[in-house]
Amino acid sequence: MGQASQQAPGRYQLSQLDVLEAEAIFIMREVAAEFERPVLLFSGGKDSIVMLRLAEKAFWPGAVPFPVMHVDTGHNFPEVIDFRDRRVAEAGVRLVVASVQEQIDAGKVVESTGRWASRNRLQTAALLEAIEDHGFDAAFGGARRDEEKARAKERVFSFRDEFGQWDPKNQRPELWSVYNTRIARGEHIRVFPISNWTELDVWAYIQRERLELPSIYFAHERSVFERDGILLADSPLIARDDTEVPFTETVRYRTVGDLTCTGAVKSTAVELDDIIAEIAATRITERGQTRADDRASEAAMEDRKREGYF
Amino acid sequence: MRNDILRFATAGSVDDGKSTLIGRLLYDSKSIFEDQLDAVERTSAARGEEYTNLALLTDGLRAEREQGITIDVAYRYFATPKRTFIIADTPGHIQYTRNMVTGASTADLAIILVDARKGLQEQSRRHAFLTTLLQVPHLVLAVNKMDLVGYDQARFEEIKAEFADFAAKLDAPDLTFVPISALHGDNVVGRSENMPWYSGPSLLHHLENVHIASDRNLIDARFPVQYVIRPHKSADPELHDYRGYAGQLAGGVLKPGDEVVHLPSGLSTRISKILTADGDVAEAFAPMSVTLLLEDEIDISRGDMICRPNNTPTASQDIEAMVCWMTDARKLTPRSKLIVKHTTRTAKVMVKDLRYRLDVNTLHRDEQADHLALNEIGRVRLRSTQPLFVDEYSRNRQTGGFILIDESTNATVGAGMVVRAD
Repeated sequence: MGQASQQAPGRYQLSQLDVLEAEAIFIMREVAAEFERPVLLFSGGKDSIVMLRLAEKAFWPGAVPFPVMHVDTGHNFPEVIDFRDRRVAEAGVRLVVASVQEQIDAGKVVESTGRWASRNRLQTAALLEAIEDHGFDAAFGGARRDEEKARAKERVFSFRDEFGQWDPKNQRPELWSVYNTRIARGEHIRVFPISNWTELDVWAYIQRERLELPSIYFAHERSVFERDGILLADSPLIARDDTEVPFTETVRYRTVGDLTCTGAVKSTAVELDDIIAEIAATRITERGQTRADDRASEAAMEDRKREGYF
Repeated sequence: MRNDILRFATAGSVDDGKSTLIGRLLYDSKSIFEDQLDAVERTSAARGEEYTNLALLTDGLRAEREQGITIDVAYRYFATPKRTFIIADTPGHIQYTRNMVTGASTADLAIILVDARKGLQEQSRRHAFLTTLLQVPHLVLAVNKMDLVGYDQARFEEIKAEFADFAAKLDAPDLTFVPISALHGDNVVGRSENMPWYSGPSLLHHLENVHIASDRNLIDARFPVQYVIRPHKSADPELHDYRGYAGQLAGGVLKPGDEVVHLPSGLSTRISKILTADGDVAEAFAPMSVTLLLEDEIDISRGDMICRPNNTPTASQDIEAMVCWMTDARKLTPRSKLIVKHTTRTAKVMVKDLRYRLDVNTLHRDEQADHLALNEIGRVRLRSTQPLFVDEYSRNRQTGGFILIDESTNATVGAGMVVRAD
């Protein structure tokens, strides 16, 4: 608990961040107690940074009792990979990398081609194979219900069948904070401890806990080009056509994902305070502003989640 | 970020204007983003709908949009300078009773919508009953579409009186009535000029100010042990004997130095320290997640309960509870064997007896009933293989609530609220 719990107006009143933190810690402990092989998905993005911090707090002074896993599309921002490795070493947890590139090289999946080529969808195969290979029975994700309308419907403990599929019409009822953790062999549960957090809560928590972030979250100069209203990084990983002329802009990233489908936003925010002010004033959702992958159709996220996406 | 959180559930069918109301609350609190609104407008236009259909904002699943109904609970978030809100938007149709029960289980407040033209419907009564069954502490009856009855005070008073009559039969909590027009925004965010006869607060004003701090039980200390922290491999010699009992308080207040009792052993000891990763805590109370260090070594494991002497839950294998049945794959019948999960404890139970099935529309008790089917609610006696440490649900929703799980499919098939334990 932060300072807030001692100074809140009512004596037995917790601040919103304290309540959300207590809930997330409860969920993480529940998983550690009831599953044999949990894993925490860790991309080096802000939500997973919060998740790793919560895991450290939940089991302190003991070590985090599960490894972390990065589903690596191979299309990374180098700053984020540096950060990932540093943070994982600092936390003393084991890192498992589920590599999309290895899946492609082994001929298990085929990369899409053309202007809209993205490895986003291929992550699902890499994730599911890693879950199977390592025998993971629970995978923590940093998804939030405020991100997207299909996620708003998903349980905190979200059951996946032996093919990793989500069945939105047949979800287990979830009452109070009593979570059903029972599964058969080969099935697993995706667990979302920060389901009830908003984007602003995540930033406020990062500020309160003084969490380090990859540098690309802060304003910097970058060579970018515009595609369908989204500013994409000028990178050898993305094929531009002749009309897509790169230019230098002061930008930051509001979300961190695969480089080929994550857009930057124009920003001069170099401090956390500036970012929080910017988020509080924005009129566009983070996925709407920065994720090309959600634009495929109105139910793009629901469809990907059914297949096993996080 | 000094806000507290109010969790509220909304009940009512699409026709009652529930989605419009939520849309308005989100829109007027600037919680709908432009790209979300664009998407909804595009879809509405593509379907040839006359108005922007705000229900598309909350109905997130493909099947819901196709059928134009809410099937499952959706959670929505918005904040005002005074409070942060979590909305559990629940479906109103009777075939989704279990979803409404789910949404109400964590709610501090429930809003039941009634169409001013139609008055109380069977489903309004059902929603009110389920809300009180789940012990949602605050209930708001929002009489919607006041614009369509000419903002008539008499009509509002009539519905109010009828509902108050009905609510008297229930264990109804704090009850508030607000006349609104979700479409035009009357009494939703600001006070309406169309209803000068109404002197109460707007709906949002009520949501922002309703007092919820005392809804928590701060009297009966309940600490279900969730996880034992033993950092044995640590290089720090001070941690060699560390045994921390981690969990989230389900009620009451605990302080270092307090004498505590462990269940099931009945042994007493004292709390030496209450820890979090941020340091020692002088007092712990619900819903804090903390770790307790105790003075004496007692054999304590997950599923046990730590509480105060002279104020313990009932340790019992015989539980009487109201059960809402949540599956169509099988029925609840006497002699059904199930798994119960109650706080952090899991055990097997057998249904000893179905005392009666309750008609959720009329509250009639059918004592001849021999089973509960999907969405049915009844009073059930259970016998468990191990003692459970329970309170009456009306006293504590955490230690009085449990779920029932099917042993072969692992599905959650029921939710129970303890009425009494012997």
